Amino acid sequence: MTARLRPSLAACPACAAAPQDGGEQAPAEARLALSLPGIHCQACISAVERALNAHPGIRSARVNLTLKRALIEAEPDLRAADLIPVLESIGYEAHELDLAALAATRNDKAGRDLLMRLAVAGFASMNVMLLSVSVWSGAPDATRDMFHWISAAIAFPAVIFAAQPFFRNAWSALRVGRLNMDVPIVLALVLALATSLWETSLSGEHAYFDAALTLTFFLLAGRYLDYRTRAVARSAAEELAALEVPRAIRLLNGNEHEVPVADLAVGDLILVRPGGRMPVDGEIAEGQSELDRSLLTGETLPVFAAPGLAVSAGEVNLTGPLTIRATAVGEDASLHRMADLVAIAESGRSRYTSLADSAAKLYAPGVHILSALAFAGWYLWTFDIRMALNIAAAVLIITCPCALGLAVPAVTTAASGRLFRRGMLIKHATALERLAEVDTVVFDKTGTLTAGTPQATNLGDHARADLEIALALAEGSSHPLSVALAGAARDAGVSAAKVQKIAEVPGYGTEGLFRGRPVRLGRAAWAGAEQGSQTAAWLDSGAGEAKAFLFTDALRPGAAEAVQALQDAGKDVLLISGDATGAVEDLAGRLGISNWVAEALPADKCARMQMLTEQGRNVLMVGDGLNDTAALAAAHVSISPASALDAARVASDIVLLGQDLSPIAEACSLAQKATRRIRQNFRIATLYNVIAVPLAIAGLATPLIAALAMSTSSITVSLNALRLR
Amino acid sequence: MSVLAYLIPISLILGSVGLAAFFYTLRSSQYDDPEGDSRRILSDEWDDKPKP
Repeated sequence: MTARLRPSLAACPACAAAPQDGGEQAPAEARLALSLPGIHCQACISAVERALNAHPGIRSARVNLTLKRALIEAEPDLRAADLIPVLESIGYEAHELDLAALAATRNDKAGRDLLMRLAVAGFASMNVMLLSVSVWSGAPDATRDMFHWISAAIAFPAVIFAAQPFFRNAWSALRVGRLNMDVPIVLALVLALATSLWETSLSGEHAYFDAALTLTFFLLAGRYLDYRTRAVARSAAEELAALEVPRAIRLLNGNEHEVPVADLAVGDLILVRPGGRMPVDGEIAEGQSELDRSLLTGETLPVFAAPGLAVSAGEVNLTGPLTIRATAVGEDASLHRMADLVAIAESGRSRYTSLADSAAKLYAPGVHILSALAFAGWYLWTFDIRMALNIAAAVLIITCPCALGLAVPAVTTAASGRLFRRGMLIKHATALERLAEVDTVVFDKTGTLTAGTPQATNLGDHARADLEIALALAEGSSHPLSVALAGAARDAGVSAAKVQKIAEVPGYGTEGLFRGRPVRLGRAAWAGAEQGSQTAAWLDSGAGEAKAFLFTDALRPGAAEAVQALQDAGKDVLLISGDATGAVEDLAGRLGISNWVAEALPADKCARMQMLTEQGRNVLMVGDGLNDTAALAAAHVSISPASALDAARVASDIVLLGQDLSPIAEACSLAQKATRRIRQNFRIATLYNVIAVPLAIAGLATPLIAALAMSTSSITVSLNALRLR
Repeated sequence: MSVLAYLIPISLILGSVGLAAFFYTLRSSQYDDPEGDSRRILSDEWDDKPKP
């Protein structure tokens, strides 16, 4: 994941600094991608395609309903910004997607490869099974031999092609001296093919070509399920990242140029409009405004910004246009430095071994020892090497982990499919298993439990006249506090006073003239008051003291339910925030969280996470900001909402797509159910081995029995996984 | 038994034809948008020829 945060780690600095003009030299056509979250039917497809194809400059447009995307080939000068209003006018929400960020998933080569091998294994096993059935039902000598030779002719090339993923995995494990699940698989395949060929050449009765092929087929099916689940999660996560097209406005000799963020250099002057995000670290050169630092530090109170103040990438400019001079770009920017913290914290997580791996660790040597013992025993008993080898091969085939290979992927596919429909995206392969072990949940405040939009709390404390003035002034600004205040006042039935000459002073607030007196709404110092600890806008109505309008963060939907459900399930819930003590205490009280920490720095959060881990707790961290990134990576398992910064989303195991937090508690219980089902599947597989292995060692396992046992166990395991839905 | 000499090759050939057809559809990315394809059947604007 650090590779994605630092894309050009391997490239030399000179290459990174050189202008990337390869794509900009008058391309023959532009490729654009739009995300269309609202489309769902045939009429939508036709409407969107007709509207796009009618737009001048578009060569072709095609909607992909599965991905809810439109891919457009157009004249080079056409911009996505021109097309979005076109679609909005016919009633479809559209967002531009960054094609460069999507490029990784556009060609699903690995998935196609697996599917092709699966098809070959399926085709070959069906044909060989057809021949084998005739043998089992008693084909006589010459016919049996011919059927075996045809089976061999089909099985050898098919296994060599289809089982390549297993060969490769087994080889890479053996090279470093380890055993994984693929080693017994490969040994069983090789031994089955070799002994069967030998038997056939001596016109023997039993050949296991069908077993080798069905084994490959079932195991590939497990691999493909596993791959599919992760591919869906990865492409959705990448789409989230692609939604933020990284562009910045560079000022060159007073002219504005829109350029990709990657092209910015230290010393560039960059214009950041109100509502925009800082693309790089820098210093304010011109303009006054307020900055929202909640994603970086967790503090909800806007910070006053004036020339000379240092800003970091990711901060949001609130009220006035700012010109900043870049001081650190790309890998040096604070966003990227955070990647180091993440990398350190992540190394702790990679120590987790999945259930499948720990099963394989027990299983692989056990199977090999068993089959070696069977070989040795039978050889000493009969001194017949052919007989002994046949029985050893039968033991390996019968114990081979068809069911084990399906046990985990079938369950995780079912579980993550269900969570996906509830709006949760499982990104990490072992996230479900880790989620099942959680006993402590740590929440971040700003942007996670709260929606990040302020809510006015004390309108009732103010005189009607003041409210009217405040509403008039608030309507003159798009600052989030003004918007919240205006909305709340209008809902309370207040109508605006006749304030004249309303003007916004960026970074301070709005002022105007009311009955000849100057009135102001804005920062404490500007309105003539003392700054308190709570988020507030101050009104100077020209008569007496300035009055404060207090705000709290609105709760995210489902936050209270999620906390309640987690506490009911017996988990400890903690609140750790970078915000001021008052605001955190207030929120903790509202949600009934007794254990909270305020004003925590990113390193504090990470340290606390490690402390909890050392106490033997399995911590689930839910957070969205840059200040949470290291903690997200250090926690046992982590969740971040889709509105989080890209860095936080990358560091977390699970992404919450919707606004609602309530699925978190359900995900925990579903994860526990899924883990229980995985263990159950292991027990089923073991049970079948307990019955079948003695038969194989006793030399009673005919190919027919092997085929029956193998298919029954695989099907039982898959059906058991389906019960999870 | 001589009938087997015909039937086995025939079944193998037919099977491989199916396999080859599957490969062709896979390579020409016909499984990229299964949901959209199932809805496009309802459309009157046929696009069963590739766009120029």
